[in-house]
Amino acid sequence: MTHKTQVQCTINGEVTEFLCEPRQSLLETLRDVLGMTGSKEGCLTGDCGACSVIVDGRVVCSCLMLGVEAEGKDLVTVEGMAQESELHPLQQKFLEDAALQCGICTPGFLVAAKALLDRNPNPSEQEIRYALAGNLCRCTGYDKIVHAVLDAAKVMQEG
Amino acid sequence: MATVFIPALMRKLTRGQESIVATGSTVGQIINDIENQFPGFRNYVIESGELKPSIAVSIDGEIATGGLLDSVGESSEIHFVPALGGGVGPRVIR
Amino acid sequence: MASGTTQEFNIIGTRPVRPDGVDKVTGRAKYGADYSFPGMLHGKVLRSPHAHARIKSINYEKALKLPGVKAVVVGKDLPELESKIEFIGEISLNPHYLAHNVLARDKVLYNGHAVAAVAATSLHIAEEALALIEVDYEVLPPLLDVRDAMKADAPILHPSLRNKEEPDKPTNVANHVQFKRGDLAAGFAAADYIVEREFDTSMVHQGYIEPHNAVGVYTSDGHATIYCSTQGPFDVRSMSARVLGMPVGNIKVVPAEIGGGFGGKTTIYLEPLAVALSKATGKPVKMIMTRSEVLRATGPTSGSHIKVKMGATKDGKLTAAEVWMAYEAGAFPGSPVMAGAMTILAPYVLEHLQIDGYDVVLNKPKTAAYRAPGATNAAFGSETVIDELAEKCGIDPIQFRIMNGAKEGSLQPAGPPFKRIGFIETCQAIANSEHYKSKLTGKNRGRGVAAGFWFNAGMQSTATVNIHADGSASVVTGSPDIGGSRASMSMIAAEVLGLPISEVRAVVADTDSIGHADVTGGSRVTFATGMAVFEAAHDAVRQLKERAARIWERKFEEVDFQAGKAISKNNGVPPMSVKDLAAKFPRTGGPITGRASVSARGVGAAFAVCCVDVEVDPDTAKVQVLRATIAQDAGRAIHPSYVEGQMQGGTAQGIGWALNEEYFYDNQGLMRNSGFLDYRMPTCLDLPLIEAIIVEVPNPGHPLGVRGVGEVSIVPPPAAVANAIYRATGVRMTELPMSPSRLFKATHKKGS
Repeated sequence: MTHKTQVQCTINGEVTEFLCEPRQSLLETLRDVLGMTGSKEGCLTGDCGACSVIVDGRVVCSCLMLGVEAEGKDLVTVEGMAQESELHPLQQKFLEDAALQCGICTPGFLVAAKALLDRNPNPSEQEIRYALAGNLCRCTGYDKIVHAVLDAAKVMQEG
Repeated sequence: MATVFIPALMRKLTRGQESIVATGSTVGQIINDIENQFPGFRNYVIESGELKPSIAVSIDGEIATGGLLDSVGESSEIHFVPALGGGVGPRVIR
Repeated sequence: MASGTTQEFNIIGTRPVRPDGVDKVTGRAKYGADYSFPGMLHGKVLRSPHAHARIKSINYEKALKLPGVKAVVVGKDLPELESKIEFIGEISLNPHYLAHNVLARDKVLYNGHAVAAVAATSLHIAEEALALIEVDYEVLPPLLDVRDAMKADAPILHPSLRNKEEPDKPTNVANHVQFKRGDLAAGFAAADYIVEREFDTSMVHQGYIEPHNAVGVYTSDGHATIYCSTQGPFDVRSMSARVLGMPVGNIKVVPAEIGGGFGGKTTIYLEPLAVALSKATGKPVKMIMTRSEVLRATGPTSGSHIKVKMGATKDGKLTAAEVWMAYEAGAFPGSPVMAGAMTILAPYVLEHLQIDGYDVVLNKPKTAAYRAPGATNAAFGSETVIDELAEKCGIDPIQFRIMNGAKEGSLQPAGPPFKRIGFIETCQAIANSEHYKSKLTGKNRGRGVAAGFWFNAGMQSTATVNIHADGSASVVTGSPDIGGSRASMSMIAAEVLGLPISEVRAVVADTDSIGHADVTGGSRVTFATGMAVFEAAHDAVRQLKERAARIWERKFEEVDFQAGKAISKNNGVPPMSVKDLAAKFPRTGGPITGRASVSARGVGAAFAVCCVDVEVDPDTAKVQVLRATIAQDAGRAIHPSYVEGQMQGGTAQGIGWALNEEYFYDNQGLMRNSGFLDYRMPTCLDLPLIEAIIVEVPNPGHPLGVRGVGEVSIVPPPAAVANAIYRATGVRMTELPMSPSRLFKATHKKGS
């Protein structure tokens, strides 16, 4: 029986407590311990961004962080982006602008884009590309993703 | 009389001819007629009574889907081509 | 149904939000790795560290003793299958090779080849168990180059492999395809300019972000359910059944959402292993590949060696073409060389041609399909040679292509004539584009164009359209949705039924719940499954008309159906909407379900033309793509946004193939870059916005004019980029990828 550690942190605004093994990554903890399968596994080496979550305001690859390292931290995952049943403007624009095809990279992009817009509400196309360079998409060629982020930024500035 | 185009590597069976004329109202009948003209041809395209999995038939520019039962018109143009499944790659994944 | 004429649509051609979208943007959508069951175990695969070796023994006693380990499965636990080609379900393949790829028996044939599978109570324990399995290998020299594998003295990978031409000789050449017409010598004699070049392309991977996964649940009644991300649930069912020695009907495959496939998820890897482990343990077993396993042990596409020789008159008329291509099949026969041979030069009218293609085995993973498989390799060769000829003739490269362009009636390389196609129109779309008309200024910059062709597939699909109690509808098919096809399926049904798109939902069903569907691939879902949906919706409409006739006590012929309403042709009976009719279903004859199954004919071929502007850094030879435009003939775009998405995605993959992606093998045959850091795919920062120009030359063979759109856009970009690099640097690249290290060597060798 492997020793498990008790961890307390805030996830999507809710104080959460869980047990995890020290060797489990934050990604594995979210998906297999907490059942939050919105963050996706693509490479486990921090190269694809599909597992992106926000930790204390910074985008992090959750595959590169341990579950136990979440102690005392404030996490935001894709599951926390919608407010009750109202989608975040990024989610809404990704749908309207057809910025997803298979959708596996979408949670990671949404989280990374949210982190970008939280700190830079009016990014240029190049700034968006730079901020999202850590998220790989194989389906879209990124064109509609960039458009969706630009459109969401506009909506959020007006709103 | 349908015109049947012979794949390059099978032309040794038809004495080098690139295309031949054959009679029949189905693909199966056409192949039988070709066999009469050039014995040995049938075994190249038919296995266990059906078109070999690696072979498809194009009739008047369209890949036929009914195998040996597909109808052939009076002056149809028939090609034997490799069978392919589009994004699956070759239908025969050997 | 009149097609090819102008049709007025309410929904087709618009851009509604896709019906499955909300789940995907909220993280609720369930992909294969998201499934969890009570008591579930985790499976891992032990893989060969060698590229070529004999397995002398496998000892897994120590692994079984590790607490938490519940079962180990090795090759001898699976049935031994005869080596011959047979129909497995609806596709034909050699089950012996398939089974040996799933789990090696006496030999391992590539680095990563599966040797044993373990199930344990946790993923980490399963991984520890792998290290406790002892395999005694006799290492053999690896065969890693396609031309070496063809040499007379090459070591033979499969002692029993023969090809049709030399049926008695052991060989590594599994197949030879040839297309020939006219008189090559005469054709070249008539040419004023002849260009002859040799090309090398590297093995590349489809690069889907989601690794392969499978959950196998074997129950004591001898049945099994497989949950997996796949492009072809029916193929997974029949292939797994064959490899496991189970009746096909005893396996149900539930397709999860799929995180990308591009052809790579059309066969089986983990699925039979998950079922075998589940059978051995009595528990559900989940297996997920790591990224390194995906790259080393699934199905990349062939590297190749290609020779192209073409001739043209000084007026720009192509006279002859000679092509020789050898494609890597990987460990078992079956590269896409045939498709490469059928697509190369297809856009052009050529009286004299000869194309020879060879399928060659070597010690690399067994190749699988990758978006227009075989065509991109071939087009890299032919489209750069055409560019050179156009330049020699002093003719604009787009005009050169238009001058020689295939039309309806022109002969394809394999012989059959084209039906109505839109190659010329697609070229013109680029010629008239703002991109092409703009001037490219600045140093070290160049513009290149190239064309591509893919024939697209028809194949089989089934659909049902259920009318619900409130008059809304669901469309059920067996085609997994990779790119947004649920949107177009709903749109087609909604158009026929006259319902708003919000009242039609598309469902992807498991293999028990819908009739057979061939794979999601081959650019065939909107075409063939769309055709089945179209016919099933019309079947529902026919039944709705019959029902209205019965209610009105009129004859069937007196009832019309328009804009979602049944209308009595003769007198002033008020029309009945689908909602009105549905409300009466229980008391007028019961529920209505439309159904159709098709083996789709009338496939429309697709052409794409790509234009790219690049800038080459003179110091580092890094290539930046400044601007990219792709034009493609879609026949009829059902949902333009998703058509554009396919075009842009294929272009991006083509650019990655052109500039950075390759399998790097050391001389032991081990892949040294099996991760996303060094298997370098384009990021957001590497690409510009990609302009997608949809050309619509309707396909007369489809009721809505649809041509498949999913694949062809990947075919032109490598050649377009190469042609652009030439104009930027004066160097013609003949190797892919044109990475900085290769381009640097080539540009600095020139001494410029």
